[in-house]
Amino acid sequence: MNVDPQKTMTDAVGAGAARDLVQVAQPHSRNQGVAFDAAWFDATDINLSAVERRTATLTTRRTVKKEWQVAWLIKAIEVIDLTTLAGDDTPGRVARLCAKARNPLRADLADALGLAGRRLTTGAVCVYPTMVAGAVRALDGSGIPVASVATGFPAGLTPMAERLAEIRYAVGQGAAEIDIVITRAHVLTGNWAALHDEIALMREACGDAHMKAILATGDLKTLTNVYRASMVAMQAGADFIKTSTGMEGVNATLPVSLVMARAIRDYLERTGHKVGFKPAGGIRTAKDALAWLILMREELGREWMEPELFRFGASGLLADIERQIEHFVTGRYSANDRHGVA
Amino acid sequence: MNKIVSILDSMEYGPAPEDDANVRAWLARHKGSFGHFIGGVFTRPGKGASLTAVNPANGEALAEVAEGGEKDVDAAVEAATKAFKSWSALSGTARARHLYALARQVQKHARFLAVLETLDNGKPIRETRDIDVPLVARHFYHHAGWAELRDQEFPGYAPVGVCGQIIPWNFPLLMLAWKVAPALAAGCTVVLKSAEHTPLSALAFAEICREAGLPAGVFNLVNGGGATGAALAAHDGLAKLAFTGSTEIGRVLRRQSAGTGKKLSLELGGKSPFIVFDNADIDAAIEGVVDAIWFNQGEVCCAGSRAIVQEGVAEKFHARLKARMETLRVGPPLDKSTDIGAVVAPVQIEQIRARVEAGVREGAALHQPSWAGETFARATEGGCFFPPSLFTGVSPASPLAQEEIFGPVLVSMTFRTPGEAIALANNSRYGLAASIWSQNLDTAFDAARRVKAGVVWINSTNMFDASVGFGGYKESGFGREGGREGMFEYLVAAWQKNARALPESPPLAAPVPVDDEAGPGSAPAGLDRTVKLYIGGKQARPDSGYSYPVLDGRGRLITEAGHGNRKDIRNAVEAARKAEGWTAMTGHARAQVLYFLAENLELRAGEFAERVARMTGISAKKAAAEVDTSVARLIHNAARADKYDGRVRAPQPRMLALALPEPYEVIGISCPDEAPLLAFVSLVAPAIAMGNRVVVTPSQHHPLAACDLYQVLDTSDVPGGVVNIVTGARDQLASVMAKHDDIAACWYVGSAEGSAMVEAESAGNLKATWVNNGKARDWFDASQGQGEEFLFHATRIKSIWTPFGV
Repeated sequence: MNVDPQKTMTDAVGAGAARDLVQVAQPHSRNQGVAFDAAWFDATDINLSAVERRTATLTTRRTVKKEWQVAWLIKAIEVIDLTTLAGDDTPGRVARLCAKARNPLRADLADALGLAGRRLTTGAVCVYPTMVAGAVRALDGSGIPVASVATGFPAGLTPMAERLAEIRYAVGQGAAEIDIVITRAHVLTGNWAALHDEIALMREACGDAHMKAILATGDLKTLTNVYRASMVAMQAGADFIKTSTGMEGVNATLPVSLVMARAIRDYLERTGHKVGFKPAGGIRTAKDALAWLILMREELGREWMEPELFRFGASGLLADIERQIEHFVTGRYSANDRHGVA
Repeated sequence: MNKIVSILDSMEYGPAPEDDANVRAWLARHKGSFGHFIGGVFTRPGKGASLTAVNPANGEALAEVAEGGEKDVDAAVEAATKAFKSWSALSGTARARHLYALARQVQKHARFLAVLETLDNGKPIRETRDIDVPLVARHFYHHAGWAELRDQEFPGYAPVGVCGQIIPWNFPLLMLAWKVAPALAAGCTVVLKSAEHTPLSALAFAEICREAGLPAGVFNLVNGGGATGAALAAHDGLAKLAFTGSTEIGRVLRRQSAGTGKKLSLELGGKSPFIVFDNADIDAAIEGVVDAIWFNQGEVCCAGSRAIVQEGVAEKFHARLKARMETLRVGPPLDKSTDIGAVVAPVQIEQIRARVEAGVREGAALHQPSWAGETFARATEGGCFFPPSLFTGVSPASPLAQEEIFGPVLVSMTFRTPGEAIALANNSRYGLAASIWSQNLDTAFDAARRVKAGVVWINSTNMFDASVGFGGYKESGFGREGGREGMFEYLVAAWQKNARALPESPPLAAPVPVDDEAGPGSAPAGLDRTVKLYIGGKQARPDSGYSYPVLDGRGRLITEAGHGNRKDIRNAVEAARKAEGWTAMTGHARAQVLYFLAENLELRAGEFAERVARMTGISAKKAAAEVDTSVARLIHNAARADKYDGRVRAPQPRMLALALPEPYEVIGISCPDEAPLLAFVSLVAPAIAMGNRVVVTPSQHHPLAACDLYQVLDTSDVPGGVVNIVTGARDQLASVMAKHDDIAACWYVGSAEGSAMVEAESAGNLKATWVNNGKARDWFDASQGQGEEFLFHATRIKSIWTPFGV
């Protein structure tokens, strides 16, 4: 070859991606939802083995190394909803989390990567409703939104009026994003209209706050259920669809994420609305984060690698990413105690 | 801009090259020059002809490899012959240890082999690393098991002998494993000819054999191109020839090896259908296409290269497919993010280009990704790169739909009904594989059974495993690789090694009135019998209008038999084609008919014995024994009818692979003169028990026993067209059958010359043949006259991969 194959080939295949970049800059408009229509998903029947084959080969077909890997990990930090959802949460604990969200990476590492002066924060902080006010205070001026779970998280089996009231409370406290949970029974019994109505009411209660619909895919069991629930949630106006509360037996998996991503693509095709995706629970390593970013890039495109349309729901993930980044900078394997905890 | 900041904008993957330093060091250690591997040592790469191993990604010469001539082939066959004695005498466990050691060594050198293969062949490192090399190791592990179990699992069988094996360039090391592992497991020794474009991994394997302590001469390697392959194939020291490659060369080898007594297995080309029903998971099918035709640059014999899509979903399917093509990455094969690497050689890419351009000229709609323009062409200059391509609206008659392109080019057409999907799928001379996409069990299985292909993947594609047989129907070849069925290709019934020659069958007397000196008084008393042919359940006069004299044991005229000709065979084949109902019946139902046949034959045993005795001149006692044995043979095959029913394997979690013996449907059978009733029954009964319809020429000199069967067949509920009998000159009729393209298999028991003729003529449609090479078989001996050998030849294995899960 009379040209550097590595370089030019990357340019060649990169050509396709350039078009997406233009769209990234455009403001993300909210999903208005549509009337319930079972015909959009009734005939869908997802083949499990095929989904698993695709997800198993995503990370063997694509990889990022060196500077590219580090850049992707920085991107991963930017889309983390840094989360604490525990019975022992206190205002102090939440404040610490918020401090970490503001400064997710040790300054010397950011400097070494040439990122000094570039804003680097997590995508959001995610807490219980009673912790919202404290989080909002702690994040004041940072531009980092506070997300609150609501609607009887994690099981969602409290009375509807109270679930809606909980949303309004969290929004009132300053939450910019609400992560709602759905009634799994509606899915398991095929009561799709009821599911649509429920989520639509929640969306209404959210007002200007963006709504992420947690499907609790570990409870839904089949991928066909996951697809159908995804579509209903989007029809009902969800701005994001999210895999899990983190409390189910099985949380975010690549197969479930692939199915949800394809539902997002199908909804976009039908309505022109771009819905975001948030895998949550069990994403703990930098390697996991890269796998999900690859999935988003391959299945939905460049736009779904930005916080406007993609988030990780995670608490421990950041620590592993920091260690990997330090390894890149120093060539030495790092330890947890070298990075500030949340 | 800072590099990382700029990547944060583009979020590109960036380069991720696999390091090839260790392979480069290995090439340097060999000074970039290789000989052959014969008798456990590498020959010195002398001054003779040589080939250059080239990296197709950039045209770089990797090594010079000696090109084998006749002398090298002779030496290799001699080494293999010498080694055969001791190797075949080793215990199964001892051979198993060697195969196990090979598997382990392949695993230890996994990455080295993957990188080497990628450099030499151009396929992406992801595939060599994750698919080729693991499957190679798996093949040796699996066959270590067959080595251990050979004598228990295949009693009465012996290793066939020294095997010549010719492998292609598309999966060099994997095809080596598919050939070498079963041969070694069976107790055979091997001379392998690697492909001219991709010689390096076989040389590395030769080194591994030495490292693993494989005895010298068990595996021999001769490098070279077509001429070397021809020299190997023609070598008379071989007992078996195995070939994977083009149908064109397969046909040449079939003709060339005809009559040599070499066992032959051919794994040839394909134009495999990829059927998408409207109830398919479309996204699953789209990824299926990626794995079908954009795997290994489309250089896959079983590539799903013909998409057949139900009209109602075709638009959606094609739209999604085009979107998916945008994200495929064609690039440096060693890059870990490359989907499609380099085509193996310039000559190959020229061929792909020519076919694609012809398709465009013909008016088919070509789609390539938006990035596959000038930039791509410039970036890939100097390397053999071709973008993924899709032709839509292709008509079945187009060369695009008929001919193998062997590149990353999918052609697509639509269908309206399931029946039409099958008609389109089977509208090909090939029959290697098929992929079927439907979420409906009934739809999927119905198609899996009706499609004519040796490998069927339901909701999946290009799955391979050492335990699951792989091989074709029709012009995709015959013989299987992998599994129990694959082992038979390297085994032979032990008695055949010492079989005596069959006596010559003199030519028939002229089909004119006999000048019978004994006079009319010698004819039997009673009304004259007119013996006709039996076609479609009816007696028919021979088309020729001639009859030939049938003489008794002492040369006296008994009566005349019809002198069948090519038109009678044509009519018989048409009748057999129509009798599809027989194949659709259950084994149980066919067994009932065979039992009834036995019952009715037994009722007339005396009459048949008398007839056999009179025709052949054997004693009444022996004739009675022949009839009794014939009855027993019918009963035996009736018993088999619903029991030779395949196997189920679980090659992956949540995956069953069915090994289903399917009938050839129409088999032509030529019977010997010996034991005219028993041989006829021994051949016809297993064929029809397995669901075939047959066209048979009975013993040419003693046809009457078969002709007397007409009435027995009629009274035994054998449907018309299942057994068609054409009397006449055996070899003439056998030639017509061997040349008939609507006959899927030919069995021939007769002379060595006739065997050679049948094998040579069969090359036309590459029908499976089973000939006796002029050797005798003791039809009275149950170990020779019935059993698995017959059923094996009466069927071909269809492997159906069925994933499941919820």
